[in-house]
Amino acid sequence: MSMTRSTPWRDPLLWTALAFVALVLLMPLFKPVFAALFPRLERPLYEQDSFVDLAAWHVALVGISSIASAAIGVAAGIFVTRAAGVEFRSMVETVTAAGQSFPPVAVLAIAVPVIGFGAQPALIALTLYGLLPVVANTIAGLGAVPPAVREAALGVGMSEGDILRQVELPLAAPVIIAGIRTSTIINVGTAAIASTVGARTLGSPIIIGLDAANIAYVLQGAILVGSLAIVLDLGFDRLVGAAQSWRRA
Amino acid sequence: MIELDHVTKRYGNSIVVDDLSLIIRDGEFCVIIGSSGAGKSTALRMINQLIPPSAGAIRIDGKDAATVAPEELRRRMGYVIQSIGLFPHWTVERNVGAVPALLGWPATRIRERTRELLALLKLDPEGFRGKYPHQLSIGQQQRVGIARALAADPDVLLMDEPFGALDPITRDALQSEIARIHRESRKTVVFVTHDMEEALKLASRIAVMDRGRLIQAGTPLEILAAPANDFVRDLVGQDEVGIRLLSVETVANRLRRGEAGPDQPITATASLRHALSRMIAEGTDRLAVTDAEGRPIGALHLADIVRR
Repeated sequence: MSMTRSTPWRDPLLWTALAFVALVLLMPLFKPVFAALFPRLERPLYEQDSFVDLAAWHVALVGISSIASAAIGVAAGIFVTRAAGVEFRSMVETVTAAGQSFPPVAVLAIAVPVIGFGAQPALIALTLYGLLPVVANTIAGLGAVPPAVREAALGVGMSEGDILRQVELPLAAPVIIAGIRTSTIINVGTAAIASTVGARTLGSPIIIGLDAANIAYVLQGAILVGSLAIVLDLGFDRLVGAAQSWRRA
Repeated sequence: MIELDHVTKRYGNSIVVDDLSLIIRDGEFCVIIGSSGAGKSTALRMINQLIPPSAGAIRIDGKDAATVAPEELRRRMGYVIQSIGLFPHWTVERNVGAVPALLGWPATRIRERTRELLALLKLDPEGFRGKYPHQLSIGQQQRVGIARALAADPDVLLMDEPFGALDPITRDALQSEIARIHRESRKTVVFVTHDMEEALKLASRIAVMDRGRLIQAGTPLEILAAPANDFVRDLVGQDEVGIRLLSVETVANRLRRGEAGPDQPITATASLRHALSRMIAEGTDRLAVTDAEGRPIGALHLADIVRR
C-alpha cells in the first residue's frame, strides 16, 4: 500500500478505472473508427441505448447481486461452521459443489420460466449463482483457522462471538474475499448474457450484434465488459492484499 | 486454591480422567506428569472449563467453577499451550494485550503493561511490540505466549507442555524464566509435562498420573525417595534416582558452616548435582560455599553429598 501511496500515478487500478470510464463516455467518438474498420456495416455504432446507461445498469446489476451473494453466502458459511448449523454443512457443501458445475447460462434459462423476463430474473439468477463460490470459500477459510489459535482464543476468555469477529473472520478474510471476487467476476460475464432475458446491460450490444451479424456492436460491448472485469479484478486484488497485509510484515 | 474433587471425564465408553482428586494450594508450582494418554492435559483443561467434567466438581477458591461464566473464569487464569497459538494477524503488542482488551482496560494501561511483560520475558519492548508472530523464533513466540498469559496478572497459570516443542537450549532458558517468574510472583502454576527432568526442576509438588488415575502426589523429594509403584519408579528412572535426588537438594542442606574451602566457591542455593559436577570437573572433594551476596559461609565435602 505504501508503494502505491508514494506513486499514485503508477497505480494500475487507477489507470484501468479511468480507462473504463473514458471508454464508456467516449465510445460514440470512435464511430468513424468502427466505420473504417467495418465499411460494410450500415450502423457501425450501437445507438439504441447510451453506453453510459448500459454501463450504469450493468454495474448496478452486478453490484446488487454480488453484494447480496456476499452477504447471504458469508452468513450461510458462518452458520454451517457453528455448532448450531453443523448438521447442514454437508448438505450445503454438496449443493454448492453441484451448483457450481451448472453453467451460468443454464441458471438464467431456468430463471425465465419461473420469474419472467427483465432485470428481476437476472438479478435473482446472478445472486443465486454468485452465492456458490462465496459459501465454498467462507467454509474453506474458516476451516483453515489453525486449531491452536482457536484454542488460545478460548483460553484467553474470548466468547464465540469475539472469536468469530476478532480471530476467525480476519484470518479467513483473504479466502472469503477471493470467493467474492470469483463470484463478482463471473457475475460481470453472466450479467452480459442476462440481456438475453431482457435485462439491459453492456451485453446488449453483444447479443444484438451476434443476432444481426454486426461485429462492431459485439466489439463495443465486449471491450467494455472486459475492461469492467479487469477493473473489478484489480480492485479485489487490492482488497485481498489489504486483508493479509500482516503476512508481508 | 484449586480443588479437583472426584473429577471424571468420559468420552463414550473410554474414561480419560478417572476419579481424580487433587488440591493445588495457592503459590504452589504443581507439575502433573504422566505418559501420553494419561489424562493430564484433560485434567488441566477441565480447570479452565475448556472441557466440562462428566462427574465431580472443580472448585476455585472454594467456588464451584461450573457456576462461573467460562469466559470470565478463563480471563482470570493464564493459559499457555505447546502449540503456542498466538494470533497470527495481531502484533506482539496486541497479542499480549488480548486479555486486558477483553477486560476493557484503557489503551494506555494496556500499552504500559505490555511493555512491562515483554521486558519481564527478556524481549526488548521497542524491538518486538510491532512484530508479527511469524517474524519471531519459536522460543520468542512462546515468550510472547507466556507474556499473554500473564497480562491481566492472573492468580493462576495453566501450562500444557509449554516447552515441548522447543530445542533443549531454549527449553532450558524458558524453564529458568518460568521458575524465576513463579519465585517472584508466587502465582499458582499448574504445569503439565511428560518430562521428569523438567518436573523435578520446576515443581514444588508433583502429581503423577497414569491411565486417567492419580498415582502419587508429593514433593519432588518424596516422589524420588518413595515412589508409590513400579510406574512411578520407571518414570523417575531407576538408574537416575541418585543423581535426581541431588538435583532437588541444595548445597545449603549439606554444608559445614564456618569452614573454609579452596577458591572458586559455589553458592548455597546451587543444587547438590551442580556441586558434584563441579567437584568431578575440578578434581576436588571440597568446595567453598558462599551465600547469595557472595559472602563465604562454609564448605561442602564430597562425603557429605554421598551420605543420605
